[in-house]
Amino acid sequence: MTSALNPKYSFDTFVVGAANRLAVTAGRTVAENPGAAYNPLFIYSGSGLGKTHLLMAVGHAAKKAAPALNIEYLTLDEYVEAFHAAIAAGQGDAFRRRFQNVDVLLVDDVQFLTNRKEMQSELLRLTEALQVGGHQIVLTSDRPPPEIADLDERLISRLSGGLVVDIGAPDYETRVAILRRKAEERGAKFEPGVLETVAGAESGNVRELMGALNRLVAFQAVNDRSINAETAKQLLGIGSEGADGGKAAAREGAGPAARGPGDEFGDFLADVTVTVGKAVEAWRARVGEAVLRWEGEGYRTRRLEALLERDTPSAVDEVIASFTQDVERLKELEAEVAELDPQAAGQSVFRDPERLGEAEEVATKVRDGAAPPPGPSAAFPLAAYAVGPSNEVAVGAARAVLKQPGKKYNPLVLVGKSGLGKTHLLNAIGLELARGKRAVVACLSTQAFVDELIAAIDGDRVDWWRARYRRATALLLDDIHLIAGKERTQEELFNLFNLLQDKERQLVFTAPAQPHALPGLEERIASRLAGGLVAEITEPDREVKRSVLERLLGQQNASPDPALVDYLADRPAESVRGLVGELQRVVGAAAAQDGPLTAGLAREVLEGQAPRDSRRSAGFRTSGIVVSSLGGIKSREKIVWDWSDVADRVIEEFR
Amino acid sequence: MSLVNFTTREITCKIVYYGPGRSGKTSNLHYIYGRVPDSRRGRLVSLATQTDRTLFFDFLPIDLGQISGFSTRFQLYTVPGQVYYNATRRLVLQGADGVVFVGDSQARQLDENLESLQNLQSNLLEHGVDIRTIPLVLQYNKQDLPRELILSAADLDDALNFRGVPSFSADALHGKGVFETLKGISELVLKKLAAGTAA
Repeated sequence: MTSALNPKYSFDTFVVGAANRLAVTAGRTVAENPGAAYNPLFIYSGSGLGKTHLLMAVGHAAKKAAPALNIEYLTLDEYVEAFHAAIAAGQGDAFRRRFQNVDVLLVDDVQFLTNRKEMQSELLRLTEALQVGGHQIVLTSDRPPPEIADLDERLISRLSGGLVVDIGAPDYETRVAILRRKAEERGAKFEPGVLETVAGAESGNVRELMGALNRLVAFQAVNDRSINAETAKQLLGIGSEGADGGKAAAREGAGPAARGPGDEFGDFLADVTVTVGKAVEAWRARVGEAVLRWEGEGYRTRRLEALLERDTPSAVDEVIASFTQDVERLKELEAEVAELDPQAAGQSVFRDPERLGEAEEVATKVRDGAAPPPGPSAAFPLAAYAVGPSNEVAVGAARAVLKQPGKKYNPLVLVGKSGLGKTHLLNAIGLELARGKRAVVACLSTQAFVDELIAAIDGDRVDWWRARYRRATALLLDDIHLIAGKERTQEELFNLFNLLQDKERQLVFTAPAQPHALPGLEERIASRLAGGLVAEITEPDREVKRSVLERLLGQQNASPDPALVDYLADRPAESVRGLVGELQRVVGAAAAQDGPLTAGLAREVLEGQAPRDSRRSAGFRTSGIVVSSLGGIKSREKIVWDWSDVADRVIEEFR
Repeated sequence: MSLVNFTTREITCKIVYYGPGRSGKTSNLHYIYGRVPDSRRGRLVSLATQTDRTLFFDFLPIDLGQISGFSTRFQLYTVPGQVYYNATRRLVLQGADGVVFVGDSQARQLDENLESLQNLQSNLLEHGVDIRTIPLVLQYNKQDLPRELILSAADLDDALNFRGVPSFSADALHGKGVFETLKGISELVLKKLAAGTAA
């Protein structure tokens, strides 16, 4: 029931001129953001000026921008027919539902609504439903809504409520451009002046123009010789009316001297017209075409317009070429800036080739301001990560990830209790990934991620924030469970996650428990986390403990006492962090006594009474958590905060 | 003089019919005048003597209307052919965009033709114009006269057209070749204009 979109009718093949620029711009806008701007978009124009072409172009462009969109093109007649068929089959509701689920509905020739009351109310209902659902509707007609006879007032106001644009008849320059484009499409070559002659015939209708061109193409193909402007005129029956001037001449000069084969002046005029067309208009047409093209794309064209104002411009082609070059540069800059900071890309400097310098400056500024997302900490090299049976799955996964980032385990989720080295491994992966060419590794704690987003929302630069992370070639978030309950961050992370995963960029997270066991995490995030590889890190085994101890003691420049290492490694430790804490106490005690580090001292410190004035020594990295030494009163429950009526009682006792 | 004015969107072509006395320059203009619709032509200004010799010059403005958005005008001038009116000739030549040299095909007039052509060259030079650069066509008029009195177009080409410019046989009194000549010169003038502005 729905017509297919004709692939030939796209924006690329639509020649933009002054008469249709607004309609095309509106069409493009709608195609880029269906339902967001101008809804409904109502395009009207006389026959053969490109309504259907434009309508289908909107469909193609929308499809191209978002292939998932459900796009329907149909003429009003087809719609009516389908409606009647549905009613006859008792499927009226199904019919309505079907159209209400269309994302972009393109309806051609709605002028046929005249005298169709039931269709009018149907269309009114559909338009309302689509608008409410945020779906785009684009309609065309040969006249504006109020001029469609017998149209329901409500429908008129509804249809006029979005944007109503018209397509006018193309001017001479646009006609020449259209003919050139079409001749090129057909691979037809014409002698100079021929197309200008056809365009000069002032037909207000592109379809007729195409008809004329077709005749010329056919004639040329049949006779196997190229035709000149003169022949073209005879062929198309425009005679001396071939051009604006000629037409006027023939109209006014209806006297005996100006008619028939003896019309020497008419012939002369026609000849001059062609010559002028070739000579004068040749460069003007080139400039005009360039102006139309770039204006149509939204660029300022002052430089080219200035050419037209001058008497004898020199180096026209050079000016056009340099202008085009500048525009291309602007496009590059805009694209670059759009990636870094979408908001900045909207600036008007990117649309004005005369301000190319300013545009470069803006781009530089954006480039400078586009700080990369926080990277991994250099304090956690992979080489320093102690490996043992307790974490070999995780380390193995990390190595696989480094070998094929984004391809093998994506996302990789490191799960384990606090202090087992998840953060170390995460940063180590980040550091290794960051070695890659053009790598942008975002590696930060989830808390920092949330804080950044809040700051971005506060500073109204969420787009910038998003762009920053979307550029990342890898995203590593520590303690992902902290995202719990932060709806907006989950939303953003969800989108970012999908985007990065689509692009095969590595994602690594750490969490204290299996994703589904994390409270406050949205199901869609939890399931995505669980969808990669969840690698668990368990309590450190002896091997891990030994290598950690050896490394730490090595850093301390203390010759490690093998007995001390054995003793400490054999002690049960819940986490690496706990082990480090123990070692620290021993080292502190040794420093306080100014004695050697021995297994005996360790045993004394860890099992016996603590050395009297043990103090913390600098040097080891610890968790940084220092337990308050205030002793007894730590628990809120044990403290009486409210002494009820104490004042009364004190006074009473004094009495 | 500016040939094409892009601000006012006007094209003005000044074409001068040059040649020896009695070669038929004014006849050319008269014929053209007769063929142009009333609304398109101005008054043919002709200052002539009692015996129909051009004393000063003829002037025929033609309005070709809007061509490709330009209102286009042709101004046709003739110069007096007699040798002693050289000052007038020089004046008329000033600012010419193109020259039609109307030659007299009669064999006995060949020297006059040559002399006039040389005069054209020197007068153009006075205005700082090289005859090799200005659009120029030759018209061999009076080709309707009996064969024995005239030189053929080929002979005249040999004698006069050493620059190889377009040449036209004509019978200006009856109009043969008049518009061909005008077309020829117009094309040259307008092409030169294109070459001068584009690229």
